[in-house]
Parts: sequence; C-alpha cells; structure tokens
Amino acid sequence: MTDTAVETAPETTSDAKLASTYCTFSLAPYRFAIDVQAVLEVLRFQDLTPVPMAPPDIAGLINLRGQLVTAIDLRLRLGLPPAAADRAATHLVVRDGDVISSLMVDEVGDVCQLAPERHEPTPEALQGPARDLASGVFKLEDGLLLVLDLAKAAATRSVVR
Amino acid sequence: MDDMVKDFLIETYDNLEKLDQDFIVLEQHPDDKERLSSIFRTIHTIKGVSGFLDLTKLMALAHAGENLLSKLRDGVMKLDEDRANALLKLVDGIRQILGSVETGSTEGTVDYTELAAHLNRLADPAAAPAVAAPTAESKPTSAVERKPEAVVAEAAASAASAPKTEVVAKTPEAGAKAGGEGAGLADASIRVDVEVLDRLMNLVGELVLTRNRLMLHPAVGSDTGFQGLAQSLNHLTSELQEGVMKTRMQPIGTLWAKLPRVVRDLSKLVGKTIRLEMEGQDTELDRTLIDALKDPMTHIVRNSIDHGVETPEGRIASGKPPEGVLTLRACHRSGNVVITVDDDGRGIDPVKIKAKAVEKGLITPAQAAQMSAADAVNLVFAAGFSTAEKVSNISGRGVGMDVVKTNIERIGGRVDLVSRLGVGLTLTVTIPLTLAIVPALVLSSGGTHFAIPQTALVELVRIKPEVIETVFDVPVYRLRGQILPLVYLNKIMQGETAPAAIAAPAVSAPTALSVLILQANDSRYGLVVDAIHNTEEIVVKPLSKHFSELPAYAGATILGDGRLALILDVIGIARLARLGQRAGAVDAKADQVLATDRVPLLIFVSPDDGRMAIRLDQVTRLEELPTSGIERIGTGETIQYRGTILPLVRVFALLAERRNEPRNPESGVPEGMLQVVVHTVRSADASAEGQRVGLVVGRILDTVEESLAMNKAGSRAGITGCLVIQGKVTELLDVDWVVRQAHPELSAQPELSA
Repeated sequence: MTDTAVETAPETTSDAKLASTYCTFSLAPYRFAIDVQAVLEVLRFQDLTPVPMAPPDIAGLINLRGQLVTAIDLRLRLGLPPAAADRAATHLVVRDGDVISSLMVDEVGDVCQLAPERHEPTPEALQGPARDLASGVFKLEDGLLLVLDLAKAAATRSVVR
Repeated sequence: MDDMVKDFLIETYDNLEKLDQDFIVLEQHPDDKERLSSIFRTIHTIKGVSGFLDLTKLMALAHAGENLLSKLRDGVMKLDEDRANALLKLVDGIRQILGSVETGSTEGTVDYTELAAHLNRLADPAAAPAVAAPTAESKPTSAVERKPEAVVAEAAASAASAPKTEVVAKTPEAGAKAGGEGAGLADASIRVDVEVLDRLMNLVGELVLTRNRLMLHPAVGSDTGFQGLAQSLNHLTSELQEGVMKTRMQPIGTLWAKLPRVVRDLSKLVGKTIRLEMEGQDTELDRTLIDALKDPMTHIVRNSIDHGVETPEGRIASGKPPEGVLTLRACHRSGNVVITVDDDGRGIDPVKIKAKAVEKGLITPAQAAQMSAADAVNLVFAAGFSTAEKVSNISGRGVGMDVVKTNIERIGGRVDLVSRLGVGLTLTVTIPLTLAIVPALVLSSGGTHFAIPQTALVELVRIKPEVIETVFDVPVYRLRGQILPLVYLNKIMQGETAPAAIAAPAVSAPTALSVLILQANDSRYGLVVDAIHNTEEIVVKPLSKHFSELPAYAGATILGDGRLALILDVIGIARLARLGQRAGAVDAKADQVLATDRVPLLIFVSPDDGRMAIRLDQVTRLEELPTSGIERIGTGETIQYRGTILPLVRVFALLAERRNEPRNPESGVPEGMLQVVVHTVRSADASAEGQRVGLVVGRILDTVEESLAMNKAGSRAGITGCLVIQGKVTELLDVDWVVRQAHPELSAQPELSA
C-alpha cells in the first residue's frame, strides 16, 4: 500500500499535470490556450438552436452528427461584450470528463508546444472575469496567453463573479 | 409457468453454477469463512423461496444442507471430503428438482430423504454416527466434469460482480429441455450488458431518424423502385425499433412479485391485517428503471405497513374495517410511468410531523409555525427523519423516505405525497420515459420548434380569442363544459411567469388560436402555440446539465429535417405558469359557476339560423298557435288564448337586425303557425295574477341547463349576452327589455315598485 502511494505521488504534482501541447484561441482582448487533448473538433457556421429561458451565456444547442451539444458563449460567460452579430462564432468542441460542450470563441489560433516550466500562476495584475477562467498563464513575446480552466469554462453555471 | 417460478429457476441455476466452483475452491481453502457464508446464504435463499413456492422436497433438502453448512460456517466442524461430497450431491439434487419443476412444474419422483438424512447425520454425528460413506462416483472431481458451458459460468460470475449493470434478456417459450441438468431456461436466456443495449438503442434511434429523413426525400415520391426499397426499410426499421425496445422492457409485475410476501410477513410481524391489491402489473417499463425502483418500492411498502395502516383495534376504533388495504397501481400517463401506492391508514399528521422535525432540529419552531400542512407532510423526505414513535426493526430508522426520494430523483423521477389525515396516504412516483422513442407533435412558438409527446396530448382545438374567459385573472377556455386554464407558450418562453404568462393575449391577437389540450398529472390545461406542424417519432435525448434548472423541457430531439427541437415538459410548464396554485381557485370557481349559476334555458332558432335562448323560468307555456287567429287591436297584434286576450310580441321585429331585411324571420316554424312563448309579466302586487304576453319566436330547439357566465356582452339592445351552448353561439334574450319595448304599460309596474 505504502509503496504505491510513493510511486504515484510525483505524478500528482502540478508540473506533471500540465500538458505541453495547447490549442490557442482568441476572445478579444484576451488570448487563451486550452489543452489540445480536450479539444475534439473545431466547427464554423454551425446552426445554433437557442433554448428559451436558458441562462444568457448558454447560447443553445448544436447538432453534432446526431449528438446534442450545448454551446456556451464564452464571451458572455467572461462578461465580455457580445460578438458582432454578423460574425459567425467558432465552435471549439471540447470534452470535460464525460460531457461534451462547445465553447464559442472569436477565432481559433495555432496549436503550439509550450514547456511546462514556462507555466506561471495568474499574475495579480490580471483582474476581472478572465482571471476566474484562467488556471495560469504563459508569458510569450507578444503578450500573455491565459490557460483556460476547462472545468470552469464548461461548468453548468457561470463561475464568473 | 409462473413468472416467479421462472425467475427463481434462472436465479438458482446461476447460483448453483457458482456453488460448484465455490465448493471446489473451498476444498483447497477450508477456512474461507466468507465463501462458506456465501454458500450458506445461497442455500438458505433456496430454502426460503422453495418454501414460499411450496416446493417441499426442495425445501427439506435445502434445510438439511443448511444444517451442515451452518456448522461449517460457525467453525464447529471442518469441510472434509465426505462433507464436500455430500454438499455437492446436494447441489446435484437441487438441480434435479429444478429440472423437473422446469419441465413438469412438479418436483419429480426421485426420493431425496436419504440424501437429506445423510446431510443431517454429517451435521450432527453425535446423534447418528455416520454410517454410509459416499460412493466413489461423487468425488469432488465430478463437479469439474459437470462444469457447465463457459458462457453461462462467465455470465454467472460477472453477474456476481456487477449485477446492477445487467439485464436478463428473456426469450419467450424457453425451449423446454428435459433432463436432470435442466439448463433449458438458463440456455434460453442470456445476460446482456445494459451498455450494449443502450448502444443498440441509440443506433436504432439514429436509424429511425435517418429513415424519417429518407421518407421525406423527394426521390421517394418520384422513383417507384426506390419507393419500394424505402418502404421496406421503413417497415424493417419500425420492427427493429420495437424489438430493441422490447429487450429493455419488463412489466412492473416482475418488480411487484416480491411484495405480496413482504406485505404478508411484515404485517404479521407488526400485528396488522393488510390486503395487498395491485393494478396495472403489465405496465412495461425499462429494465434499468425497474432495477432502480426495486429498493424504493420496498421502502415505500414497508413504510405504509409500519407507519400508515393502523392495528386492527385502532382501525375498528376509528370506524374502519379491521383489514387495511394497500393498493399499488401503475400506468403510463403523459409519457411517464406513474406508480401510486395507496393505503387507507392514518395518513400523516402535519402537526406531529412539525413537532418531530423541530425536535430533530430539522426546522426551527418559527419555520414550523409558518409551514403549510402540505409542506409539513413532505418533511418525511428530509434526511434523518423518522416518524414512528418507536423505532421498529422494519422501518423507522430515518433512512427510508429520503433514500426513496433520492433514488427516484436520480432516475429523473418525482415523488409526491398526498395525505388525508385519518383516511390514508397516497404516494405517487412519476418516472419519465427518457429512453424511449416516442411519437410527438411538432409545433412552434416564437420561431422555435418544440415537440410534445403525444401521450400528453388530449386534443387540438382552434379557438377564437373572444371565447376566452377570465376567472381570477386566469384565462380559461370552456371545452364541452370543462373549464381549462390557458397558458401562452410564447410568454412562458419569454420567462414570464404567472400571471403575465397566462394573461390575455396581446392586442394583435390572431383571428384563431391553436390550443393544445394537455394532460398534466390529474389536471388539464390548454397550451396556446403559434403553429402546429406535424407528428413525428422522436428520440428523446437528455439535455446536458447546463439546462437542469429549466423545468420546461423534458429533453431535446433531432427532427426529420435535421432541425433541433426542444421537448416540452407538460408538467414543468404547468408549474411555470403556477397552474397548480391557481387550479384550485379555478376549479372552485368553476364548480360554483356550475352549481349555482346553471339555469335551464330554452333555445330557439333566431333569424338566419342563429340561436337564441330564454331563461326557462321566464317561460310560462309554449304554444303553437295558428296565424289565422291573429287579431289586430290598434297597433298591436293579439290572439285569443284560453279565454283571454294575449298580446303578441314579434321579438325579431323588435331587435335591431344585423341585416336590414331578415330573410326568414321565424324560420323552421310550420306554415301558418306561430311559435309562441307565453311569458307572465311580474306584477307589482304579488297576489295578483300577472299579465301574459306571447312572444313570437322561431322554431323551438331544446332546453338545456347552462351557466350564465357570458362569453361576450350583447352586441345589440335586447340581448343580455352571448353563450356557447351545444357548441353554438347563442344569444340570451332580455325578455324584460322586449316587454318594455312592446308594452311599456305592462312592465312599468314592477319598475315603479322597485
């Protein structure tokens, strides 16, 4: 019993948990990164069926090949102004445990490798709702890349205060 | 064969396979207490059930085995080869009896008393020293030879490890295979992982949707060859769908089968006489639901026996028959399976409940004071609540009802309690059929498509906005005498709850409204929607947790055209519109209207096939008089009637006509005849006989009893208002006005006196 505990202990440290491949996306003015393992697919021009009476940040349902997927308007969840009506949002279909949801974002960027040691805690300077959905940051030459806390981003209810 | 016996056989066969293996292992590890206990329990169960099923031979044999096993289990003696042999023989014996039960429904003719005696001797060597050593042919190895087909053994093993995730897919007419080994039933049914069935079900669901889409494809209509193929695909899909559904469905009777015994034993134990009645045993529901209901059902029944029904003395004291009745009912309603457990016991005393809850610290005395009786009754579902004044060993440990509630809510169901103090308790369990493919009606409101399960739909009506009445701020529609509250779906969807959601429609109301009459539990209401499209078979897909707080939806589905539609929860919408709270008021008002305001009316034809009514209490007589008898005096017409002069009033001539020239003023009256309603004008002097007038009307149609709640005020003088009688708009004639117009001198008197 004690042997296994010792063996598994290092794996549970925060460094080991960090993935090194990220998919980036933008939610103006922020740039986010999400563990690429969690991303199932990226969709554009998806028919969205709104669900009356749902919370405003739950945009509706999309039909993903016969599967119902809940679309979450990440802009609204973050407390950002809504996207321009004429701009089709990009759906980032993600899996959090057993639940598949679609995060509506401005634009999906590159997939990039980021060394775990560059991962830093969210700086105090970053305030506002974006902070609530970030589990940390990567400092890049061209700015801050926020690591999305998927569990919070796809949570049943908005955790943003 | 009895379902109960069949279940017993299948279960026991499985257990026996396991016993064979257990004994083998046990010989290597004779001190494995856990295994011994498990074997003991198995044999004990066989003994118990066989006693119940009146299989005396089996019971005697199992009893002998149990004796020996209890000694082994308690460590009084050790398992040696002799004992192992005897026990394996016991297993063989049980299997033989089961085999003959399966083929002939009897225990067979083989005598097992010697084996039983042998087992007893082994169990108690002091009383009867062992004499006959077992014969060589039944060495433990024989058990290995008898090892059953791997499939069954595997299934049995996995059944033991994960019984909850499995389902028994029974094939009917199990091949009645004769023979002592009796594997017929076990062979005819296999255990299938529910996950496999779930996957199949999902695939069939998708197939149904694809089929629906295909049937809408233009090529189906144009190409005959293709049409044929599409047709057969259509049929096959339907059959496949039905078949797959069936694999998962089981009658609730299988779940209830154990309850008569529970009721019998428990009521004996607590000294009560209780009769169990069951209705709707053949109501089928998904096997997973049956599994999930098993414990809650037992809890509920136990609770009723222990807390609900009184002792015979108590019952007699409160004027009830000494025998209590516990009634179980099951049915499909509104896309749900509804199970009610009804007892005629003492009900729940809200005062006692509150006191208990305060005592247990579940609520504060202040909360208790404010709590309504209905809410108080629901306190029994609070965790850690026990109402029995003394804790019995049946129930009353305070874990029962909250577990019931949690278990049922876990499968998306609901528990409702209705207590009638001193009269009984009704507990209703409602479980939605979320897995099923259901026929549904597709409709739209506010540009969004919705689906409503057909089971919840009573009928569709189109009504004019003006027939909507308002009772206590609730718009209602009178459907064949039944008053139904109306709910506007678009308002509900805009998040408006009562009373706005059920307030009268906007100014720009359309000429006709589409109304769905829906059944929500025990009440009905009308749902006003924008448009009704078509009916479709839909696969109910659960909504993600993001929508769990929206009671309006039961799920979502993908329609034939690929569009998404939300499935409306009929009960949830009623709750959103707060119909439950208002239904009482509306019903009360309706009853009042029906009871006090119903008046007998005489209906006759008005010009141009209209309908008019007169209160029957204003009618003295009805006469058909010849037109030739009309005599003119001054400006008026009179006729001699029973020795008096009866002034005639041409009612239709007095009324402002909708057209200038009434085509057929007194339509339907035979040529040369007058249809006259004799009316007695009330006189100021009550003792004096009133003056009579004859109202000339159209053909008399009927007399009815109708409430005088007007749908619409009268549009012209002389009309009190409009009613809908027998589905037709009927004007109510203001007789006093008519008399006043024609003979002011007659009607002046009562007005003066008043």
